[in-house]
Amino acid sequence: MNMPPILSIMIFLPLICAAMVALIRGEKGEEAIVEKNIKHLSLFGSLFILAFGLFMYQNFDPKASGFQFEEQYTWFQSAGISYHLGIDGISVFFILLSVFLTPICILASWNSVKTRIKEYMIAFLVLESFMIGTFAALDSILFYVFFEGVLIPMFLIIGIWGGKNRVYASYKFFLYTLLGSVLMLLALLMLYVQTGTTDIPTLIANPVGFEMQKWIWLAFFASFAVKMPMWPVHTWLPDAHVEAPTAGSVILAGVLLKMGGYGFLRFSVPMLPEASLYYAEFVMWFSVIAIIYTSLVALVQEDMKKLIAYSSVAHMGFVTLGIFSFTQQGLEGAVFQMISHGVISAALFLCVGVVYDRLHTREIGSYGGLVKNMPIYATFFMIFTLGSVGLPGTSGFVGEFLSLLGTFQVNTVVAAFATTGVVLGAAYMLVLYRRVIFGPQDNKDAAEMKDLTPMEKSIFIPLAILVFYLGVFPNVVLSRISPAVTEIVSIYEAVEATPEQASFGPENTNTEEEEGE
Amino acid sequence: MDDLNIMLILPEIFLALTGMGFLMLGVFQGNRSTDVICWSACVSFVIAAVLLMKGDWSTQYILNDMLVMDQFAGVMKLLILLGLIASLALSVQYLYQERIARFEYPVLVVFAGIGMMLMVSANNFLSLYMALELQSLALYVLAAFHRNSLRSGEAATKYFILGALSSGMLLFGISLIYGFVGSVDFTTVQNTLANLPLIPPGVVVGMVFVLVAMAFKISAVPFHMWTPDVYEGAPTCVTAFFAIVPKIAALGLLMRLLFGPFAPAADQWMQILYFMSIASLVVGSFAAIAQDNIKRLFAYSSIGNMGYAMIGIVAGTSQGVGAVLVFLFIYLAMTAGSFSIILFMRRNGLAVEKISDLSGFSKNNPILAYSMAVLMFSMSGIPPLAGFFGKLFIFQAAIESELYVLATLGILASVVAAYYYLRIIKVMFFDEAADPFDEGMNLGKRVVLLISMLLVFGFIFSPNTILDGAMIAATSLF
Repeated sequence: MNMPPILSIMIFLPLICAAMVALIRGEKGEEAIVEKNIKHLSLFGSLFILAFGLFMYQNFDPKASGFQFEEQYTWFQSAGISYHLGIDGISVFFILLSVFLTPICILASWNSVKTRIKEYMIAFLVLESFMIGTFAALDSILFYVFFEGVLIPMFLIIGIWGGKNRVYASYKFFLYTLLGSVLMLLALLMLYVQTGTTDIPTLIANPVGFEMQKWIWLAFFASFAVKMPMWPVHTWLPDAHVEAPTAGSVILAGVLLKMGGYGFLRFSVPMLPEASLYYAEFVMWFSVIAIIYTSLVALVQEDMKKLIAYSSVAHMGFVTLGIFSFTQQGLEGAVFQMISHGVISAALFLCVGVVYDRLHTREIGSYGGLVKNMPIYATFFMIFTLGSVGLPGTSGFVGEFLSLLGTFQVNTVVAAFATTGVVLGAAYMLVLYRRVIFGPQDNKDAAEMKDLTPMEKSIFIPLAILVFYLGVFPNVVLSRISPAVTEIVSIYEAVEATPEQASFGPENTNTEEEEGE
Repeated sequence: MDDLNIMLILPEIFLALTGMGFLMLGVFQGNRSTDVICWSACVSFVIAAVLLMKGDWSTQYILNDMLVMDQFAGVMKLLILLGLIASLALSVQYLYQERIARFEYPVLVVFAGIGMMLMVSANNFLSLYMALELQSLALYVLAAFHRNSLRSGEAATKYFILGALSSGMLLFGISLIYGFVGSVDFTTVQNTLANLPLIPPGVVVGMVFVLVAMAFKISAVPFHMWTPDVYEGAPTCVTAFFAIVPKIAALGLLMRLLFGPFAPAADQWMQILYFMSIASLVVGSFAAIAQDNIKRLFAYSSIGNMGYAMIGIVAGTSQGVGAVLVFLFIYLAMTAGSFSIILFMRRNGLAVEKISDLSGFSKNNPILAYSMAVLMFSMSGIPPLAGFFGKLFIFQAAIESELYVLATLGILASVVAAYYYLRIIKVMFFDEAADPFDEGMNLGKRVVLLISMLLVFGFIFSPNTILDGAMIAATSLF
């Protein structure tokens, strides 16, 4: 069957939609109508793209390894850079996450964004296009174009529609990520000069020498670690989250952070296997520090958004642990954890947004006893809190469990330390929940807040369903991830086999695994 | 007559004739005819561009080897003509608004243009000097064009004194080279030096003097001191002109020198350019942070951009030169677009040039503000805008030539530079609104801005024509 170029369509549809939004005009006095049209057009546009995403998912062959829906056109002829798109089991879910969260963001801003609504919607649609492009790109320069292009709409979203300290936060976000990314650009050029190609599958098939790999790995790490973010380069994240508007936080936590993890999976890990093994221990310890340290920091936060931002750093720590265990379970768990975190943290930021819209403060102490006047809200908040804690039956459990399992096989000590993060995670999330939802109703304004509106419910219901669905039927996702992960693992088995046969012999690996079990 | 090949410089001859015609017209019609002359000068640049495109771009020597026409010269001249058209189209309205609409302005631009076109065609140190002085003298007068303004006069004086100094150095350098090589012809110098086992120290000293003069023209650090003052003092339309065209011409000449007569001494000049490149990047990005005048900011920005261009030159390959050409093309487009907005900044009939004056621009004039934001993002090298690709190919060439330190420093400088470009966006979008600017952007500025935006957005969609043209041109230089 001849498939339409569905990935290109998904990348360009949001841009066309944005252009249409830009063209909506009205006479003086018709501002309200214009605003309504803008909102509706963006919402329907993004839903349409979501439909395309589901169509893509339907046609995605879960068993096939390698890339699907490939498209390739020459782009920079003389430099050999091509417009190459394609997805595998890993990227398909990130694209789905992006197209799923964008309409939710638009709905979440329906009433809360009051100024410059047109620019706001355009920014989100452009952002959606770049996000899809990042996950679909199979050419390293094309990937970089999308990866970095994301900064433009996000900078404007934080800077224009953000909170009090938005200028500082937007600068910090932009410059921090830019600094990391430009180093990656040098590494990509270095790879290009070494191998003569920017095509990702070709780069994966032809790794460069070990000494070169080490340098390139570090440059990639600079970029992806900032984006993830990993401790100690996570400091931009709390600021960005706190100042961003609700929908900005949702997309930041839901998708943008995943670009870092995706980058590790697409670049560092398969392209630079020797270097990744060389640095794996280092990454694992950094992840453990991130998990424990940021969990402790989250425990003492007074700002709801900051607390969830720090919890994101901790959860991303599990992702890097899983990735750098190079085991089937660890890698699958890492991808699953990212998807699950994309849903749960997005939902949690929306939960904060709901009360923020009503009381205009994010201070935990200003709330309390909301269960009395907002029972439906309390229920939804509980679902997402438990998901974040990793209760079995929710999606959060599967990701954490699998990545810890993978880590345990490789490094028991690290896994043991990381597991304390699960406990700490339960601590800070439940403290947050208790202080906001239960307890005395000290603040009269908070006690008078109305429960969820139908629109808010319509946002939370699909998210809640996803949390349970992914928690109960994780195989839907895992079976599709598995072929792609198997390919990565097989690279590592090959790499680990070669040097060890020379020095220790194959028994050595077996004993290590037994010890691990 | 075969050696003269005079038809190959037909565009220059055409411009010289029209330039004199405009001068006559101006003398007889007075300042009433300024706008007519301006627009006709634009048209004559277009005609010159057409003549140039129709001409033969294969490597040939003109006027007994005084000049050379090749692919490189063709592309550079085309860039110069584009820059001339853009900067002249930007100027007209400003000249009238500032009441300095005198007919000499377009005439001087035409003569400067001829000088610049001859510069990139030079094949002899004497024709180089003649062409360089033709453009420099026109530029000194242009800097002083607002003759009632003290600052304009000051800027012109500074520019003239330092420019004269650099001309002196250039002549001294040329005479040293002549003394040691016995010729002022580029080809002869190159061949003679290539056959020597060791470059004579006298030639190296001469080359250093010539390079210093060139560095002054492209305002490379440490010969950049005049740039911020001249940019700030000169009338804004002249600043736009300075930022766009002479830079391109001087870089073209520099590349012709370095890969022509000085090619055998590459080991020597590479160190010099290496240093100047780093220094320009550092000064360009750090000094700009403290500026609050947008013209001064663009002065430092252009210094930084010359630093990038020099990275491509230091790479020393045709890849590098091709990257520089693409970079210059994109730089031209972005700078012209930015200045169309800077020239628009007027309040109550007076030009304002503080960055803070832009506050609230996005509320009062969203379309222009977004255009400016796009240009600033592009200048700071954020994909998918064109500015990113300009830098991309330069860094690619640098890494291919194993200039890892230079490439890393350059890319870090671009992060610092992003800070001050972001500041402009911040002022326009995040700050509280100030009074709106005066309405009325004339057609010239609109068209320049539109084309610049099309290039900045569109480069990503069809880059191949430009890239291939640049590569062919670059190869012809080697």
